[in-house]
Amino acid sequence: MKYTVNDHGYYGKFGGAFIPEMLHPNVEELRISYLSIIESPQFKKDFDYLLKNYVGRPTPLFLAERLSEKYKAKIYLKREDLCHTGAHKINNTIGQILLAKKLGKKKIIAETGAGQHGVATATVCALMGMECIVYMGQLDMERQRPNVERMRILGTKVVAATSGNMTLKDATNEAMRHWINNPTDTHYIIGSVVGPHPYPDMVARFQSVISDEIKTQLTAQEGNPFPDYVIACVGGGSNAAGAYYHFLDDEHVKLIGVEAAGKGVDTGESAATTALGKVGILHGSKSLLMQTEDGQVIEPYSISAGLDYPGIGPLHSHLFDTGRVQFISATDDEAMNAGIELSRLEGIIPAIESAHAVAVLGKLSLDEDDVVIVNLSGRGDKDLETYIRWGKY
Amino acid sequence: MKNRINALFESKAQNVLSVYFTAGFPALGDTVRIAKSLEEAGADIIEIGIPFSDPVADGPVIQQSNKVALDNGMNVKLLLQQVKEIRQQVKLPIILMGYLNPVLQYGVEKFCKDAAAAGVDGLILPDLPLYEFETEYKTTFDTNGLTNVFLISPTTSENRIRQIDTATNSFIYAVSSSSTTGAKNEFSQEQADYFKYLKHLKLKNPFLIGFGISNQSTFAQACSYSSGAIIGSAFIRLLADSKDLSGDIKKFIASLRG
Repeated sequence: MKYTVNDHGYYGKFGGAFIPEMLHPNVEELRISYLSIIESPQFKKDFDYLLKNYVGRPTPLFLAERLSEKYKAKIYLKREDLCHTGAHKINNTIGQILLAKKLGKKKIIAETGAGQHGVATATVCALMGMECIVYMGQLDMERQRPNVERMRILGTKVVAATSGNMTLKDATNEAMRHWINNPTDTHYIIGSVVGPHPYPDMVARFQSVISDEIKTQLTAQEGNPFPDYVIACVGGGSNAAGAYYHFLDDEHVKLIGVEAAGKGVDTGESAATTALGKVGILHGSKSLLMQTEDGQVIEPYSISAGLDYPGIGPLHSHLFDTGRVQFISATDDEAMNAGIELSRLEGIIPAIESAHAVAVLGKLSLDEDDVVIVNLSGRGDKDLETYIRWGKY
Repeated sequence: MKNRINALFESKAQNVLSVYFTAGFPALGDTVRIAKSLEEAGADIIEIGIPFSDPVADGPVIQQSNKVALDNGMNVKLLLQQVKEIRQQVKLPIILMGYLNPVLQYGVEKFCKDAAAAGVDGLILPDLPLYEFETEYKTTFDTNGLTNVFLISPTTSENRIRQIDTATNSFIYAVSSSSTTGAKNEFSQEQADYFKYLKHLKLKNPFLIGFGISNQSTFAQACSYSSGAIIGSAFIRLLADSKDLSGDIKKFIASLRG
């Protein structure tokens, strides 16, 4: 229980709900009701039904034999890339749309960076017949054109965020502003374990299905629910939170978080928040944040659009602070090479975000009988352009 | 010494005009001149914005002024130096308005101490909610004689308004609609009803109405229900286009007062 959130939304010294008063009623409504709703039998039944029959869960836990041979350990891939829409993001959007319906909300808003969360939100809104607006940085819209069109095909209105550097951080600002302007009939589906309490805890719970399944699958395949390592990439940290969740109190399971080093942690073009960030407040919670000495938020950089967020969720800051999770980083080059390697060895082209997790296998001192889980959070279809531009294959 | 904000409300219960502008906008050195002009023009409270990279409660006009100010090189340290300079020439209450993160990085205690020493009377930090204020910040604010101004909006429950009223010792900032900052030309009937409701709550603190005040008619209407009003975006727009800051500020304030 050391790593669970308290009543005011704190994980240790991180978290809270630092929101303008205009958002207080919405966030308070969620805070008061989220646990009783998501733990109700009817909600669980609906959520499990959709995860199974719509998302395609459980996702396989695949023993990657050639990868295992190369890194001299028993490496399993948790295949979140096989979820409907191509990434783990939909676990959360299914949960939140059911919650939004229960709260009687009529409209949905979301932010998106690479577009995966936007697509996952547009998808569940189509499924539930709800009106949806997704904010996306104008620069990201240009970089991720296919995802913009996917959202539009699904009936979602994509609105360009034109403030700041026009990426994920700015899209999040615009979504929060929209919510301030439309407080009563709208639910904001945040895509990661960030934002004011109760979002980080709520999103972690919806994603916790990942580690829940890993335990069951490992028991069947290894006769033991506990791996030696769980490795996941961390942007805001939702796939990592889900992959760690049911192992947090099992301290013998080593948890590894992989951040995007970009062109190198010290190059000024990086998104390695635990290495470069200080305690700060952005988007409603206190967490580690990349910022100037004067407290202005720094625009991060990574080749992977899903990892270039200047902060991490408060849970992850706490896990870093307590040493429960070891954070390491992988550069653009390391991640791209790992993406190509996984494609060649296992026939799986990973999302570049997830390739960061694969990239650190060589950096850990693994034993031959170590059981290692790599959370393969998304598939690489959306990143073909980046792979093609990279060219080294 | 008595806080200047409390002294103001003791002597003036009606038509209080508080004017917001962003420090370091339009030019880095304009902060002092704008503050002086506001006093000469007859404003009652000066609200100086601490620019931030991610002002989520603000509409496009104030966002843009924040960006320009940061590009001009404004930071908290320089801002406090400018306030000190303003205080040598200006007697009006000064409130700093900004987001929590730059204050946090400066150091909350050091910030409160330096702000009070520079002549600041109060703070408005929209992303510092009541719970966090009371558990972590209140003592430091009180020790330094700084008053904290909370926002309420049309969706704030009566119970919450009463809690905020209890925690307040100056005035309450009543946001006129569920929105980010921005000027509007008139208030709706719904807004008028909201102001009337606030008036009937008979709070212990006076309240000023902000967001959407742009001209004489919105200012007068706001004042008819409250102790006064706060103007921000419309003033920033004026500054952005002005060729003669002090002349334009005088004309603008005169036109608001009618």
